[in-house]
Amino acid sequence: MKIISAVHPDKCVTCVADAAGDMVHAVISPPRSWRRGAVALSFLAAIALVVALDRRVDRAGGDAAVPGFHFTDLAAQVGISFVHHGPTLDPKLDNIAPLVGALGASVTVTDVNRDGWPDLYLTNSRFGFPNALYVNRGDGTFVNVASAAGVADVNRPGEGVSMGAVWGDYDNDGLEDLLIYKWGYLQLFKNLGDLHFKDVTEAAGLRRWMNSNSAVWIDYDRDGLLDLYVTGYFRSDIDLWHLKTTRIMENSFEFATNGGENRLFHNVGGGRFEDVTDRMGVGSTRWTLAVAAADFNGDGWPDLFLANDYGPEELYLNDHGRRFVLSRAGLESDSKSGMSATVGDVLNRGRLDAFVTNISERGYLFQGNNLRLNFLPELGRFQQGAQGVIVDAGWAWGAQLGDLDNDGRNELFIVNGYVSGDRSRSYWYAMSKIAGANGNVFEDARTWPAIGTASLSGYERSRVLVNRGLAGWSDVAAAAGVTDEYDGRAVALADLFNRGVLDVVVANQNQPALVYKNTVRPGNHWIAFQLVGTRSNRCAIGAEVTVAAGGTRQLRVVDGGSGFASQNDRRLHFGLGQSARVDSAVIRWPSGTVQTLARPAADQLHVITEPAR
Amino acid sequence: MSSPSLLASLDPRYPVSFLITLILVLGEARYGVLGGYDRLVTALGVCTATELALSRWQRGHVANLASAYITGISLALLIKPRAGLLWPFALGGFIAIASKYVLQYRGRHLWNPSNFAISLLVLAAPASVAVLSHQWGNDLATNAVIWSFGLLIASRVGMLHVTLTYVGCFVVLAALRSLVVGGPLLADIAPLTGPMYQLFIFFMITDPKTTVSTVRGRMIVAAAVAAAEAAIRLAGDFHIASLSPLYPAPPIVALAIIGPLAKAIDLRRERVSVISADGARAASS
Repeated sequence: MKIISAVHPDKCVTCVADAAGDMVHAVISPPRSWRRGAVALSFLAAIALVVALDRRVDRAGGDAAVPGFHFTDLAAQVGISFVHHGPTLDPKLDNIAPLVGALGASVTVTDVNRDGWPDLYLTNSRFGFPNALYVNRGDGTFVNVASAAGVADVNRPGEGVSMGAVWGDYDNDGLEDLLIYKWGYLQLFKNLGDLHFKDVTEAAGLRRWMNSNSAVWIDYDRDGLLDLYVTGYFRSDIDLWHLKTTRIMENSFEFATNGGENRLFHNVGGGRFEDVTDRMGVGSTRWTLAVAAADFNGDGWPDLFLANDYGPEELYLNDHGRRFVLSRAGLESDSKSGMSATVGDVLNRGRLDAFVTNISERGYLFQGNNLRLNFLPELGRFQQGAQGVIVDAGWAWGAQLGDLDNDGRNELFIVNGYVSGDRSRSYWYAMSKIAGANGNVFEDARTWPAIGTASLSGYERSRVLVNRGLAGWSDVAAAAGVTDEYDGRAVALADLFNRGVLDVVVANQNQPALVYKNTVRPGNHWIAFQLVGTRSNRCAIGAEVTVAAGGTRQLRVVDGGSGFASQNDRRLHFGLGQSARVDSAVIRWPSGTVQTLARPAADQLHVITEPAR
Repeated sequence: MSSPSLLASLDPRYPVSFLITLILVLGEARYGVLGGYDRLVTALGVCTATELALSRWQRGHVANLASAYITGISLALLIKPRAGLLWPFALGGFIAIASKYVLQYRGRHLWNPSNFAISLLVLAAPASVAVLSHQWGNDLATNAVIWSFGLLIASRVGMLHVTLTYVGCFVVLAALRSLVVGGPLLADIAPLTGPMYQLFIFFMITDPKTTVSTVRGRMIVAAAVAAAEAAIRLAGDFHIASLSPLYPAPPIVALAIIGPLAKAIDLRRERVSVISADGARAASS
């Protein structure tokens, strides 16, 4: 018996024949037209599935559940009426001025007068428009003392305009000093006390023209003196008000290396800094927009994590303060548009992870934010942990990790939106024309299509993402009262009213600053630490605190600048959930001293001074 | 036998397969263009599996898999969905290959499979899928390698006239658009130097299976695609909101509109001329 298949235009005929080849009978399979119908049906079903899945993606993320906290913008009520003004640049850049000049709104937190209440510093970015230092009166209101303090009038022709600031006690006198980074000359202000500052830039050896968008205080050699890492965005030979050339833009959207050079300034004591960039190997020219410093590999030496625009992130591992080594940590080929770098223990693993914001725009570009889960000790690399709503937040800028509901897990507050212009005109199509071009084309600002009054990812809402642990994240922004559509740039977290909850301050580009007062549902406990270094730098930047409570361990680090153009409250805040008892708090000081506090009391701030040994 | 003549005698799908493999390897090695090998495996796997299954199921024999291979790699390179989404590669791969079996006219498929799938994904799933925009480092050297190999292979498979006609029309129309809109000329010509266009010019618009039958006809079609694209781009320049879904991938959408129309007309003309010839033969006999 053998089987023979015969071809027929509309039928599949299977003939069964005997050994002699004589046909016994024929089996007629379903006709081809039936098969074609089945294929067509599955084809249509696949298309329908595409539409359904896309709708699901579109709707995903919103969480109708009421979160355990609620924000109310009280900026006006607390006396903060700051409105940012962006830079006006050389007319040669007029075609894309709204894009180029879309930076500069920043917010940093410090206790400038050591009264126990966090104060705020907000930057302006237009000549003649002052920065603001809002001192917390302790009665729920703030007063702007920047002018009297001497830190207001810093945006002047020939000097440049502010892009941000970081606070650090570089001379260990117990008073927080101020470094303003600019598109222009850096400015270092020594805090003289009594809300007075003195410009010591020249004497400190820091009078450098840098087109910078971030800086961080870091004691990289653990000598007890804060050093300074300042990043470059545009090249430092560019004066954006007197351009000699319009070839100032990035030469690649993915792997650009023609940005300003980052600089590391070593604090040699006596109020002076020396440039050790080349010696230490940290002079990246990758258009760095944000930098975070922390000990990622657990060797006791603070490392540098860079979020670079038009390129991959970079991790510079600190080799015992002798030099930094650019590490292959799974970052090198993942090119995106890094805007913000914030550090935190996302899954309560006792590890410092990094969250980096990027760009997403419907139909055009899905770069996705990065949650770099730290597996350096085991794997020598970070693992991508961004999934679900955390991935695409829009044109995302500043972000901070902090426990907003005191449940013992870090939430994420992300601000978004680039240029909010005419709602009916989008620049995305025009930008897509040059985005794929050869780098030589768009390196010249003149070849960019004019933006006019169009928007570019404008009117985007902020995201408030609740951490559900391994179950992922939920966006509760609307339910939590965060509904603004400003062009957010910087976000900082601080317990502004000393209530045991983290409030949020947002600096918006060309728009008013927001002060979101946080109301947390009662029942959860908290603990906070203010660290005072002795052998370490006085403000304890780089110190790590691990709190064990309720069966979990949480790790926080004192930052010398975090997110994008921002710095959080120097005090470390931990939510404890329902647990009213803390088993221990272990402090790892930058000097290397490890201090263990047994059962520190919950629901209060602990001021801890570094022990002698 | 010299290698050029060997190239000329090959099924055009093989040199094209070589070129797209070259682009894949070069792009991945130098710039990590894929964004994850799972994307490539999914797209290639679904495309080849669909081709195998449908050809066996519907035609009774297993088809040559070169087309599925080219389509799979094209999808992996051109689709840039949200992070973590693999379904655009899976469904895109299935839809691309299935379109060859479903969307037919007179027994021939009308759309280039990856062109159809990408157009559909861009238009029907904008919240999930974007098309390749800036990739491959915006780098002149990479561009030069791909263009050189691309032009050589287009020439050897007899499709250089399509590529050159399209490029020529694109440049002329870009200059016209620039005059009309008043923008920088370089910005309007710039897309040609991007990777989306390299894939478009060498793999989609020149697809022998979906181009029309005559050289003149193919050149007219290429010019028509460029014209349709220019119309879409002009609409984008003037911010016509109702057409905004077309703006992320103007050439791909333009080909998806013009290509099948041209192919259908061509097939119809072919049939008419065959019938006429048969009629003439019958009359003479």
